Amino acid sequence: MATAYDIAIKQAEPEQDGRASVVAVENLQKSFGSRKILNGISLSVRRGETLAVLGRSGTGKSVLLRLILGLETPDSGSVRIHGQNIAGLALDRLGEIRKKMGFLFQHAALYDSLTVAENVAFPLAHHRKDLSNSERGDRVKQLLAEVGMENDLAKMPSDISGGMQKRVGLARALALDPEILLLDEPTAGLDPISSGEIDELILKLQRERQMASIVVTHDLHSARTIANRLALLDQGNVVIEGKYEDLRQSEIELVKEFLKQQ
Amino acid sequence: MSNSEFTTVAGINPAIPGRRTAARLAAGNSSTGLVNGFFEWFGSLGVFSWKVLRAGVTPPYEWRELIRQLDEVGSKSFPLVALAGAAIGVVISLEARYSLSRFGAKSMFPTTLVYSVIQVMGPIITGLIVSGRVGAGIGAELASMKVTEQIDAIEASAINPYRLLAATRILACILMLPLLTLAADAFGLLTGWFAQSLVEPLSFHQFIQSGFHGATFNAFLPPTFKTAVYGLIIGLIACFQGMRTRGGAEGVGRAATNSVVLGSLFLILADVVLVKFILVFFR
Repeated sequence: MATAYDIAIKQAEPEQDGRASVVAVENLQKSFGSRKILNGISLSVRRGETLAVLGRSGTGKSVLLRLILGLETPDSGSVRIHGQNIAGLALDRLGEIRKKMGFLFQHAALYDSLTVAENVAFPLAHHRKDLSNSERGDRVKQLLAEVGMENDLAKMPSDISGGMQKRVGLARALALDPEILLLDEPTAGLDPISSGEIDELILKLQRERQMASIVVTHDLHSARTIANRLALLDQGNVVIEGKYEDLRQSEIELVKEFLKQQ
Repeated sequence: MSNSEFTTVAGINPAIPGRRTAARLAAGNSSTGLVNGFFEWFGSLGVFSWKVLRAGVTPPYEWRELIRQLDEVGSKSFPLVALAGAAIGVVISLEARYSLSRFGAKSMFPTTLVYSVIQVMGPIITGLIVSGRVGAGIGAELASMKVTEQIDAIEASAINPYRLLAATRILACILMLPLLTLAADAFGLLTGWFAQSLVEPLSFHQFIQSGFHGATFNAFLPPTFKTAVYGLIIGLIACFQGMRTRGGAEGVGRAATNSVVLGSLFLILADVVLVKFILVFFR
């Protein structure tokens, strides 16, 4: 039976260059109480493309990702995944769309009562009932091997480092073969070597899987490494969007200041 | 953006009643604030209940998690409930013997013990023990998962947290409370008889025959099965408090405390209604 997601994919209109926007955010507004977080943001990402959303802490970068995943509801504007507006969808219908999305949380958000392997197996156990136990085990090992964690299957999240937790979180995010990958500060809190490894890993995954990715970060170096396009947020608005060179040549004071601080 | 500024799990507005109330008191608006807070809490509970109900009755069903929760709520509460039931049996036995002796009604001892344990003390003690153990456990566990974004991670994995986390725990409480009550009753009667027989020999067969003489199912089944409502209250309040938590370790502690305090309070208030209901419809 065709899911809402499948129908939406068929209905999605391809853009002029033949590649449809997988994620399209239009005029998105979000406030918490009297505090305005996002003030009419519009962004889009296509298949095989990585957009890095930059900005200082508290500028609404993480909120943007949560809105795209449907963990928050926008005050106004739309979030379209393959053309389907997800605002107001019931949790189970939203779930059908979320199956095609992988999310790496800033602090990995691993289930602390489950082992590394069980964390990665969790989405598979719920959504891939067609897999036998041994097939699921093999898939978990393969996913953990992709992120270099194949030797830590039985460890608990509390027994591994922050960088390793992010790798496991990434393996879990990839478990259902997502078409969209959302990464919230993938290198935050990591040492430069671990950050570089995570960046390499993301690049490798992008090459192999051709997902549409949005990376929220305040690490310009990491953004330059893994993203095709960059967008700088400030006070709930997109200040500039384009390639790194566009940012470098920009005359906007805030952009200059941001690049200088990095 | 700190997690504390987020409003999920999906649509429930997390609230810190104490802080809100304090702010409103400072603004000289205390009575309105309290009334608003009161209605806001019940409104959020209503929305939460509806989401859990809707998720719980629609497939896919989370059988494995339900079985895990049945074990968590039932098997692991059994020793505590049995011990509490046993203690209550001894206390009632001691008190009843003294009181009945004063009025020359010692022959009524078995009936008094049976009715006191099964109709009154067994259900309420079981409810309060489970509220303390399971309510606090659920509240703290879900709150901890909430503040560490594990519930968001469940949602992000396209799994309905109301179905996986809340519906299973609430159903486990509903199913297990009557069974635990039966255990508390059994241990209460056993130790009550034992305490009595130490002073005045009385065979267990005689005690049971005398205690249940003329009793009908209506006298004992409704008080036992009313604890399913206790289970609903304990599970619902604990899941609600846990899943609306915010504020790190402090929030987790507050959720656990509120789960026990509010769960126990509503349980006792519900008992007033349930006792009247049973008296009207089953006696």
